[in-house]
Amino acid sequence: MTNPDLEGHLRSRRDTGHKLLVPYVTGGVNGWLDAVRAAVASGADAIEIGIPFSDPVMDGPVIQQASQLALDGGATPVSILHEVREVDVGVPLVVMCYYNTVHHAGHARFASQLRDAGISGAIVPDLPLEESGEWCAAADDASVATVMLAAPTAPDDRLPRVCARARGFVYSVGLLGVTGERDSLAATATSLAGRLKAVTDRPVVVGVGVSNASQAVEACRVADGVVQGASVVRRLLEGGPDAVAEYVSEVRRALDSEFVTSVS
Amino acid sequence: MGEPTEAGRFGEFGGRFVPETLVPACQELEAAFREAWADPIFRGDLDAVLREYAGRPSILTECRQLGAQLGLRLVLKREDLNHTGSHKINNVLGQALLAKRMGKKRLVAETGAGQHGVASATAAALLGLECKVYMGAVDVERQALNVFRMKLLGAEVEAVHSGSRTLKDAVNEAMRDWVATVESTHYCLGSVMGPHPYPWMVREFHRVIGTEARAQCLDAYGADPDVVVACVGGGSNAIGIFSGFVDTSARLVGVEPAGGAAVGRGHPGVVHGMRSYLMQDEYGQVQEAHSISAGLDYPGVGPEHSYLASIGRAEYPTVTDAEVVDAFQLLARTEGIIPALECAHALAWIAREAATMQGQTVLMNLSGRGDKDVGQMMEVLGS
Repeated sequence: MTNPDLEGHLRSRRDTGHKLLVPYVTGGVNGWLDAVRAAVASGADAIEIGIPFSDPVMDGPVIQQASQLALDGGATPVSILHEVREVDVGVPLVVMCYYNTVHHAGHARFASQLRDAGISGAIVPDLPLEESGEWCAAADDASVATVMLAAPTAPDDRLPRVCARARGFVYSVGLLGVTGERDSLAATATSLAGRLKAVTDRPVVVGVGVSNASQAVEACRVADGVVQGASVVRRLLEGGPDAVAEYVSEVRRALDSEFVTSVS
Repeated sequence: MGEPTEAGRFGEFGGRFVPETLVPACQELEAAFREAWADPIFRGDLDAVLREYAGRPSILTECRQLGAQLGLRLVLKREDLNHTGSHKINNVLGQALLAKRMGKKRLVAETGAGQHGVASATAAALLGLECKVYMGAVDVERQALNVFRMKLLGAEVEAVHSGSRTLKDAVNEAMRDWVATVESTHYCLGSVMGPHPYPWMVREFHRVIGTEARAQCLDAYGADPDVVVACVGGGSNAIGIFSGFVDTSARLVGVEPAGGAAVGRGHPGVVHGMRSYLMQDEYGQVQEAHSISAGLDYPGVGPEHSYLASIGRAEYPTVTDAEVVDAFQLLARTEGIIPALECAHALAWIAREAATMQGQTVLMNLSGRGDKDVGQMMEVLGS
């Protein structure tokens, strides 16, 4: 089985003039598979699927709550990877999981579980460059793209090394802090994206603290795209998959009307 | 005990599993600690504040009544007599001085029983730093006195309502705070856990316990003890006293609560920045620890303990809450010392295993006093 090529897909979307929209959905919460389908139907270029973990240190209250609801409902990495096989949406799927989930399963085993579930990439937010060797090797072998995170605190000489190890895209962390909606886009969101664009040709996607359509537009003046996490998950918890569809459509429209100059 | 590897490993344990945002901060902290620890001026400043403020050196007390009853020589290292009532002050004074040296204005800390929170609030007050302490909501309730102490000392205390609402969740919340405030804030981690360099740095700050105790034992008895015993949650008081004896033939015993036995029942896992033994389910979800003692309610353990266990240098048995309650009363009645519930774990093991140690010298780290636990014990025992 060949899964969609994450980086190839995102590059081709970017190179045809589109900004990349990557909604995040916490796996295992009520209606999550429908939310994934709805997000894709509403214009997502890839989907990030969160595998809930007991101790999500990079996540703020909304995604913490979603993770806890999913765990309380009996979700496990195995159940989520089993269920995700049901969705056939035509865009790459990327999981976000904390490292103990990977470590506990075993690097090679987890990488092949992802591949077999149709997953194209993985984001492991508590696995920094220096600790990532074993996982990256296993993921490479299974053709799973390891998305590396780059943070505003990184000195200039670190960014090229992070970008060199990244596959799929580079996740540009928008602010100093955890996931969650903010009133305005932090200055670090565009400054870091700019620093990354200067050192890599890979798609640079800003996540963490990009909270609505206008902030997405603002981030994309520099970046190639955005992850929409807490803003999507909050709508899923409050209004179900329909609310996700409505929101993703709104962000898609905003990005396209701002950046897509000609419609072929 | 030597330095960990460049990657912060003790054998296969340790490391630095943190979000990218925190990597530069951990690197900066490692460099700052390495430089300060080699600087006689920093060492002199720390020694002075430990002596003139914390009350070091702490004494040894031989428990003649209880020792006779158990058939062994029982010697306590009296960390309970330090300022703020536990060993935690050794580490926080070191970290707070280091934070000042690094130009940080603010400390964040997690706390379980409240001892590390009180110590952090104390050091912050002394050195003019802001301080915020995260504490699980369950612990806020059972350690109300320590919460009030921290507030008296000028610290802000935030109850953590996520997850199991105990120590592990307080660590998560402190890390989330640090991710957002890393430029102005030092995370004053309270045990020999977390990402490199914390397990190493916190051990070095507690090494004074073992160094003193070894000299005191040689002075008093002309020999090293046969057995060195301490309780283990994250494991800072244990690593502190072990550090003085790891190169002797003394048996090293770290006592874990039956409901929080990371070494005894866990498997290697990664949480809170380190690879170590960890209580987790079949999918790697971290399990909740359950112990009568808030300070030991932690599903992980410092990586150097995992290493000492893996090479067979130290052993990590468990005791039950019921055994701990008995030991708590035993020390009070036989010696006039009310121990912290955490240290009562160490004593419970000694009392249970005394028959196998007849005539031996057993050194126990009495790492904290029990005043904070009196209210809880009133409920357990009835007044």
